[in-house]
Amino acid sequence: MKRRKERIDRGVKARSADIFALTSYREMLYLLIPGAIPVVGLLCFTPILSDYWREVMISTAVYALLAMSWDMLMCAGLLSLGQSLFFGIGSYLAGSLNYYAGLPPILTMPIATIGGGVLCTVLLLPVLRLRGVYFAMVTLVLPLMLSRLVEATRILGGTEGLTGLTPFPNQLTALFVIQLALLAVLFGFRRIMGSDYGLVIKGISDNDRSVMSAGLNIYWYKTQVLFLGACVGCFAGAFGTHMDMFAGMPGFALDYSLMPVASAVVGGTGTFAGPLIGAFILVPLSEMLRALGALRIVFYGLFLVIFVVGLPEGIFAYVQRKYQQRERWVDIS
Amino acid sequence: MLLGTLIYGFVNSAILALLAMGFNLTFGISGVANFAYGAVYIFSGFSVWIFLNTFGIPYLSAVLIAIVLSGLMGLAIYYGVILRIKGMPLSEVMATFGLGLAIMELFRYFDFVGFRYTLPIFFDGSFSVGEVYIDYQRMMIGLIAVALTVCLYLFTNHTRTGLAFRAIAQDERTALTFGIDADLVGALSMALGCALAAIAAVVILPLGTIAVEGGYEVLINALAVCIVGGLGSTVGILVASVLIGFSQTFTANYLEPHWMMLVSLIAIAIVLVVKPSGLFSHQKELEERI
Amino acid sequence: MGGYIMTEQVPLLRVKNLTKIFGGVTAVSNMDFDLPEGNLLGVIGPNGSGKTTLVNLITGFVKPTAGRIEFRGKEITGWPPYKVVGEGISRTFQMVRPFYQLPAFKNLIVPLYSPRVKKLAGGKYGNRDAVALDLLEEVGFERDAYVSYKKAGALPQGYLKRLELAKSMALRPDLIILDELFSGLSLAEVASIVPIIEKLKTKGKTIIMIEHRLKELFRIADRVMVLNYGRKIAEGRAAEVMESPDVKEAYLGSEGE
Repeated sequence: MKRRKERIDRGVKARSADIFALTSYREMLYLLIPGAIPVVGLLCFTPILSDYWREVMISTAVYALLAMSWDMLMCAGLLSLGQSLFFGIGSYLAGSLNYYAGLPPILTMPIATIGGGVLCTVLLLPVLRLRGVYFAMVTLVLPLMLSRLVEATRILGGTEGLTGLTPFPNQLTALFVIQLALLAVLFGFRRIMGSDYGLVIKGISDNDRSVMSAGLNIYWYKTQVLFLGACVGCFAGAFGTHMDMFAGMPGFALDYSLMPVASAVVGGTGTFAGPLIGAFILVPLSEMLRALGALRIVFYGLFLVIFVVGLPEGIFAYVQRKYQQRERWVDIS
Repeated sequence: MLLGTLIYGFVNSAILALLAMGFNLTFGISGVANFAYGAVYIFSGFSVWIFLNTFGIPYLSAVLIAIVLSGLMGLAIYYGVILRIKGMPLSEVMATFGLGLAIMELFRYFDFVGFRYTLPIFFDGSFSVGEVYIDYQRMMIGLIAVALTVCLYLFTNHTRTGLAFRAIAQDERTALTFGIDADLVGALSMALGCALAAIAAVVILPLGTIAVEGGYEVLINALAVCIVGGLGSTVGILVASVLIGFSQTFTANYLEPHWMMLVSLIAIAIVLVVKPSGLFSHQKELEERI
Repeated sequence: MGGYIMTEQVPLLRVKNLTKIFGGVTAVSNMDFDLPEGNLLGVIGPNGSGKTTLVNLITGFVKPTAGRIEFRGKEITGWPPYKVVGEGISRTFQMVRPFYQLPAFKNLIVPLYSPRVKKLAGGKYGNRDAVALDLLEEVGFERDAYVSYKKAGALPQGYLKRLELAKSMALRPDLIILDELFSGLSLAEVASIVPIIEKLKTKGKTIIMIEHRLKELFRIADRVMVLNYGRKIAEGRAAEVMESPDVKEAYLGSEGE
């Protein structure tokens, strides 16, 4: 006797997909609870943690931002292996504005976000016309070469970096800043990808030929997505700089490239919530496994392989399915 | 001075060409970008070291075993990972990237770090051309790079397997109808690419120490050469290696040694602006075949 | 230049000396033709005769080696696809590849998002979902059966081809190029699509059809052009063209009919 798994949408999901959702509090709760979890979890839960874990939460949020930026690029079929490019450029921009011009974080961060977004977009613009593998290659190579540039020409503080930058007034401020940014990006990106615009973006990675023949300039759309992703990445960099009071070559380190990819793949790509979940699993885990040293990176590498090959949908899609559908085994003969 | 720069520029070009050849070959044939390439490189370096120092196997046999092992590793990566996600280039990149990192960092975890990890030089000694001294090892690297290029050319143009490789590279679907096993050819291309990485490792590594960072370095260099030359084009790889190799040496000798690293960055920047797909690429135009 | 007809007014599409060489292989060579507005031109020829390359050249998916393409008297040679569409030329693909995960009508959102549609609608997009559903009904998606809401991946080939047709219609083009729309369809499915094309014709749309189904094509085509080895070997009314000895030898003879 053979069995097959049958998946059926829950009644509440079917009802709440329409205007009828407004007729009952159960449907409204069904719709609101998933969105409320990150808001309540981040804004209410993290402030009561100890100083050390707040610090961990902040660095988790930085990685989560990079992971969501990675996911945005992935939506348009751009595989970035160099999120550290965005992080490093955002970090150096904010750092030098603060170090040389003496601007406060409230100015350096927005300038570095937008300016870094423009800079990274211009840097990567020529690659957008090429196959996906090229984007991966160039993004992997660029940050490492840029850090060499800094080392060789001794600009921007050289190997020493820029130190003694203005910190945030206190830890709690930093925590709220980064977590508000995280929520804004999460809901903003989800909103964008849920719209018709998002449909076009996904169309580009799915079948660019079809989008081209629909009279849309795919390079212009890819550029827009690249700009969005780069801005978020650069914001993470600018924030990290003021957090550590330091901007330097470690901003281009491989860590900032690997962790976001691993988080996004483990959490589930294309959903933005997935990368968030992935980062909130992997980064604290990495903190707890600090004693293992290099073995941590081995684990992340293996996570990446296992999830890409074996569980490409990721954790979030699995949770989402459980939330929205009932499953049962049925006999087939 | 100029003669020396030219000779060392040639050796430097040969090293770059050796590094990029395997990566490019695998991509050119099966369209798989093997981001675990750097890991294979240091893997073969460390295995030769282990065979030599732990098991006491003679140098030449150790080298041969390491090359075969790397080829087998390529097969394992292909059948274990790539075959399951074939046709999704981005997944292939992520999986091989993750795998490469895992392998390299595993070496670091087992403490393969330090100056004792060196391979002996094949032929000791040096000779002089005019006022320039050049050691036999560097001379050999140049010769091996040339010999490998010639062998690869003969292989792909005059043997059955080589022709099957080219057929797959041209048009996979048509090749399938002629009874060519695309999976087997893909696996072989991967094995050959990894074996080439191993050959590069055993001839180049005696010049320095075997280090985990070297793996990243190799991947970056191979990628840079491929970006400049055009992915999948052998001529492009050779031209790009010569261009980058000579300009690096000239920069080091006539300007400042640590500006050498900037040469590839500038080369990449220029190529991306002028001809994004690389100097000698023949990217298929977007078209349906008739 | 023998059969070249000079007309008083500018034809909708004019192709002159169009040539495309793919690495030594001449896919299209010295192609000349005019297409007046409101005409339905059938393009036939054996496999590999350059039909699809011709479509790709006109729509900008492939850049020509030499030659000139004019649309409404304006040169569009070598323009990128999105600009060509902006002028009012849309196409279908021989191999349909819809967005399988999306419901059929959501597949039309992408063309409806096009700047051309926005311009023609007076700067406003309007309700895209409703427009998409109407369009699908026009190409024969039964509204009562909710076919339009099914995932594209679950639809049979006949519907996918119609979806492809609807996609190109969504751009409100003046010239529609249909690349082997009938290939892979049953007789009944073809018979159900023919009236849709006839209706487009009565609406004044200009159409180029690349086809292998000669019987259906000859019934609706005003003129037929025959290609072989990238060259135009005949052009004219269907009956005349079929009488030409070149065509008999090159095309029909080789099929053994």
